[in-house]
Amino acid sequence: MTHYVVLSAILFTIGCVGVLTRRNAIVVFMCVELMLNACNLAFVAFARQHGNLDGQIAAFFVMVVAAAEVVIGLAIIMTIFRTRRSISVDDASLLKY
Amino acid sequence: MTFWILATVMVVAALGILFARKAVHAALLLAVVMISLAVLYAVLEAPFLFAVQIIVYTGAILMLFLFVMMLIGVDAADSTVETIRGQRGMAIVLGLAFGSVLVIGLSQVTLGTVVGLEEANAGGNVEEIANILFSHYVFAFEATSALLITAALGAMVLAHRERLTPKPGQAEMAAQRMRDYADSGKHLGPLPSPGVYARHNAVDTPALLPDGTAAESSVSRVLAARGTVRSAPALADDIVDVRRQLGDDPTQMPDPSGVSGAPASTEEDVK
Repeated sequence: MTHYVVLSAILFTIGCVGVLTRRNAIVVFMCVELMLNACNLAFVAFARQHGNLDGQIAAFFVMVVAAAEVVIGLAIIMTIFRTRRSISVDDASLLKY
Repeated sequence: MTFWILATVMVVAALGILFARKAVHAALLLAVVMISLAVLYAVLEAPFLFAVQIIVYTGAILMLFLFVMMLIGVDAADSTVETIRGQRGMAIVLGLAFGSVLVIGLSQVTLGTVVGLEEANAGGNVEEIANILFSHYVFAFEATSALLITAALGAMVLAHRERLTPKPGQAEMAAQRMRDYADSGKHLGPLPSPGVYARHNAVDTPALLPDGTAAESSVSRVLAARGTVRSAPALADDIVDVRRQLGDDPTQMPDPSGVSGAPASTEEDVK
């Protein structure tokens, strides 16, 4: 069972590095999704470890929240792209203009 | 065994997201990671989450990513310029440190014997999850529904754009074209169509002007930006070989390329 948690940690780290290094807002977002997925894997693994389903419920809630977050995040990216013609996170350094 | 194969695939695909130049490739690699995760859920006795992972993550969220990518432009590549100097290196060092701390820490933990979900899943995984979800977690579940409605409304508000100026109709557009013609002599009529040739007929081949040069305006701007425009004279390069194969004598034929040789005869020449 440790394997699953270690895999989850590795995926989380990769997602973390991706958020820090990539410039494309969509790819940054994908890396956030990767981190959420890694957490879900740990939840499901621990659910099996402890023999109750609460971990799976937590993973389910993470998925729902991730869906809502993706909808809003992509809408924000679209709005920024519409005004700035760019999705680089560096270009959106000023919140107003 | 399933775990080791999938773990390798997932880590490789996740690293690919870090290094993919194009966002579309990153999205496809993310799909690989998510489908592999779904299989791992099935291995971990979570058939409900297996289905949800495939339907919600791979089906809905990833498609949303791809839709937005299509709206924004698929080939918007990442800029490699660093705004903060040394940030990339620092991030990689930090990631390696964080990852090694996590992995070393976790590998020293003994989790004890695996209880397994046979007992908890006794009445079926979906039924048991529904039991817990609608009893113990019912308020969280209701809050989730409020969250989803808020997200849908928020997306609509963010994506909506008020039209500040009236939409130009056909009459205004025609008047604007005439004004452009009067001001700058811009051609009034439609753009020329791409070239139609005996052996090639597609939108990526520009039409030829009377002097044999390509008409830039006859191919789409997008194709030109992508660099996939073909040259009509280059298509005629092997015409001598084709003629020889057909048994014709190529020396008797006029120069086929139309650029280097004498211009082809027209009706006026004949007169």
